[in-house]
Amino acid sequence: MAELNTGLASILRRHETRLLADWMSELTKGGRSGAIDKAELEEQARTFVRLLTEAAQTDALEDVGRSAGGPLREMLATLSASRARQGFTPTETATFVFSFKQPLFALLRETYKQDAEGLARESWVATTLLDKLGLFTVEAFQKSREGVIMRQQRDLLELSTPVVALWEGILALPLIGTLDSERTQVVMESLLDRIVETGASIAIIDITGVPTVDTLVAQHLLKTIGAARLMGAECIISGIRPQIAQTIVHLGVELGDVVTKATLASALVVALERLGASIVHSAPRG
Amino acid sequence: MADDKAAGDRIPILKMGEFLLVTIQVEMHDHLVMTLQDELTHSIVKHRARGVLIDISALEIVDSFIGRALGDIASMARILDAETVVVGMRPAVAITLVELGLSLPGVRTALNAERGMALIRQSLGASGRQVGGGSS
Repeated sequence: MAELNTGLASILRRHETRLLADWMSELTKGGRSGAIDKAELEEQARTFVRLLTEAAQTDALEDVGRSAGGPLREMLATLSASRARQGFTPTETATFVFSFKQPLFALLRETYKQDAEGLARESWVATTLLDKLGLFTVEAFQKSREGVIMRQQRDLLELSTPVVALWEGILALPLIGTLDSERTQVVMESLLDRIVETGASIAIIDITGVPTVDTLVAQHLLKTIGAARLMGAECIISGIRPQIAQTIVHLGVELGDVVTKATLASALVVALERLGASIVHSAPRG
Repeated sequence: MADDKAAGDRIPILKMGEFLLVTIQVEMHDHLVMTLQDELTHSIVKHRARGVLIDISALEIVDSFIGRALGDIASMARILDAETVVVGMRPAVAITLVELGLSLPGVRTALNAERGMALIRQSLGASGRQVGGGSS
């Protein structure tokens, strides 16, 4: 009886090479075998089988699926992460593990030809184990995808809030994308920090890249302007497109005494005037 | 004056010509800000000050009470016909005030004391020379 309990483990150990070969043919048969390097796939498959066999020798097999942080789980986590980066779907990633069932079950059937009870028991052990590993793979895949999304979100936040020094004492803040409260916070902080840093007294907020201005966005804009004013800097809003001007009026958004200009160029002229500078066209050369 | 502690940390009000200089170098608390309000209004009347410069560059934390009181002080000074400029507000303080809905309307602001002084001189030079000229 004791021997039968470790049936799966001994089968894995004895037929490691054959299992691997069968599995590889199974894997390469699948739809997107071309998307990943065959040698790499084989390497991954070999590592998986080796680690599974090792785990089967040492622990009870049920524990493999449960225990956290084993080398098998680590390997699957790395694999899922790389698949996620390469743009595989979750199904394709999970199939890597699930497709191992086919050769394993074939082997089990062969071994327990005479023993229906043993076949049922070992199949159950194997299927539970592989299901757990498969689900873990999907989970890891999901996690690494979420990581990618989080990173992109952060990048986007930083990318979209540059504060540019246009002139001595004039800052420009080209806003791109919708202003939500989180972005407003970032925009406000970076603008105020730059005001302190450069000693600017005028900031031009360019909203050419803001798709829509509703009451909420306007409120966020006014907050930013209010904060800049408290620090002694005046704000000019520029880049107001015709549709946006219409929306602002239709919605009844009150911009107060904030100076607004259609283009960044005219806003710059106003800003220069405030500082007592002006741009003069000299006689054309040549 | 009954309260020794309050008398201990007062905010100094310095007279410089026709201007008053208030630099807040300690953390504000409610009692302190009320004392300042009282003393500053008295000083403006006593010295017939034409301009008040309030430097809050050392102020790191504001709550709604302090924020409102700062605005009140500035408005009171203006009613007493003294040009008031709040200077040196930190970004964090500015954001807090705006989030609290206290954007201090009608209060003039400047990035630092130098600019604030220039602002006061500029607006006084435009409007009040002949009035202040006789007394000094």
